[in-house]
Amino acid sequence: MPNPAIKATGVVKWFGEGEARTQALRDVSLDAYFGEILYVVGPSGSGKTTLLSVLSGILKPDSGGVSVEGTDIWNLGSDKLADFRLNKIGFVFQDYHLFPRLTTAENVAIPLILRRTPWAAAVREAAKYLEIVGLKGRADLPPVKLSGGEQQRVAIARAMVGQPDILIMDEPTASLDGDTGVAIVGFVKKNILNEKRCILIVTHDDRISEFATRILKMQDGRITGTAKGGST
Amino acid sequence: MTGILKIAYKLLVNDKAKFTALLVGITFAVFLIVQMDAMFAGSMKRASATVINLGASMWIMDPAVQTVANTIGIPDYVLDAARSMQGVSYAVPVYTGGALVKLADGTYQSVTIVGLDDTSLFGRPELIQGRIEDIYAENAFIVVKDPEFPKLGNPRVGTEFQVNDHRGVIVGIARVASSGLFGVPTLYTTYERALQYLPNPRFTISYVLVQPKSPADVNRIKEQTRALGYLAVTNTEFINRITDFYIYQTGFGTNMLIMTVMSFIVGLSISGQTFYTFVLENLEKFGALKAIGAKSHELVFMILFQTSFTALLGYGLGIGLCAFLITLAKRRLPDYAALITYGNLGLAFVMVVLIAAISSYFGVRKVLRIEPFDIFRG
Repeated sequence: MPNPAIKATGVVKWFGEGEARTQALRDVSLDAYFGEILYVVGPSGSGKTTLLSVLSGILKPDSGGVSVEGTDIWNLGSDKLADFRLNKIGFVFQDYHLFPRLTTAENVAIPLILRRTPWAAAVREAAKYLEIVGLKGRADLPPVKLSGGEQQRVAIARAMVGQPDILIMDEPTASLDGDTGVAIVGFVKKNILNEKRCILIVTHDDRISEFATRILKMQDGRITGTAKGGST
Repeated sequence: MTGILKIAYKLLVNDKAKFTALLVGITFAVFLIVQMDAMFAGSMKRASATVINLGASMWIMDPAVQTVANTIGIPDYVLDAARSMQGVSYAVPVYTGGALVKLADGTYQSVTIVGLDDTSLFGRPELIQGRIEDIYAENAFIVVKDPEFPKLGNPRVGTEFQVNDHRGVIVGIARVASSGLFGVPTLYTTYERALQYLPNPRFTISYVLVQPKSPADVNRIKEQTRALGYLAVTNTEFINRITDFYIYQTGFGTNMLIMTVMSFIVGLSISGQTFYTFVLENLEKFGALKAIGAKSHELVFMILFQTSFTALLGYGLGIGLCAFLITLAKRRLPDYAALITYGNLGLAFVMVVLIAAISSYFGVRKVLRIEPFDIFRG
């Protein structure tokens, strides 16, 4: 087995205080590898999103460790952790979180702009990624003029423009109709996945399981099982 | 950093409704603040018109004098004493007082009469018609052509009028740096003629105008005058004394303060609330930026840039609007007393910076507290 892209060991996370205190993650350990699409599935409240947040350097665990490409990310300072997210991780949020006051290309260019790439160069590069996700000619439109599927592609282009090693997608099909959802994840598998990249997807959607390499099942903050996906 | 500031700029400016509301709030606040202060500065300049126009370096007066218009006569020996003081280059008397003149059409008009020292004519105005030596002619007066000039029926050289049943003749038309506060025309004549034509109390000198030999002599002259039981002040100190009187001993200063504070509160309320709403509406987007990899200080810069940009733009617009309206008002109303000073601009700038700082504070607090995890959780 190659070295894992992500290695989580004994991750524990609590939320709340006093009587309202609940354990969201209970001693979770996992490995995710380059070249695979790893699904995390489970019912609402099972801890999927919390796990994804801990793995991507967004939410600090109460105990346990996460290393990405051999770096213990939770030992980094806040600025270095921000740099880690910027350079290593691409996020596709469930609600996309596109900026309605920026053009589509400017939205996609945000990670490059945060990396201090000059504005014009960043927008030019963003336009190329819009072409890759099939949105040629939409660069100057505001995101609100696009359909849900197109906005999802914009979010994917934004996640990919910085060429991150790890792509994290939170419920990528939740806001899309069945066909569009399948098409989007199919597109990701075909065009984004390669042997130097690891893709983590949190989903409820069984219709896209054919694209997974592995599927982790979660319940009550624990990984209760692992299954091979349809693309193994 | 410029890229992220450009994002901040676009987020702000492309939200046209909020940006307009923010600009209107700050512009209106600046306009009110500058307008109030300009009216105050303009009125204070006019209240000190005689001090400005006569241009004496030092003034000797009764210590009870608070404004140049409310004179208290001082005895002749003070003039003699002033002339013999160490450090005095020269000292001359001046008379200022009010009078009623009867115009050719039989109507009466209040005027201010300034009687200049007969020998030196120190403090004489710049003539635009006539010759200064004609002031020594019989019944001669020089009239100031200012916004109050028409109240004397637009007199010309040779126009006659009466002062206390004495005949007066206009021998010259002059201009001065500032017209008076009380909306009455000004006539210049000699000191002796002023005393002859106007009813006088026991002491006739309104002020002794003093020229020190050097700036170092000012304090020495003040001390020697104090020893006489009188007060010597510099030109600037006299203007400040007049201003202090209006600020602290009339309702003028309090009213101006209240209006300034109200303008500040109006600006802060509109801008602060609008900006806070703007931040709240964009909070998820700031959270998304944080999740993607923006550092906290970069988000703080974005907020500070947005408030500073709006504040400076509103400041410029507010001052522009105020200057435009004052210019317009002065064209229609030559008497309109409003003057934008550097002090006014500085005060308005401080107020705008405060509005921006307070608005930023709440926005920054909110943005720093947003957790990227909240974005994931939806």
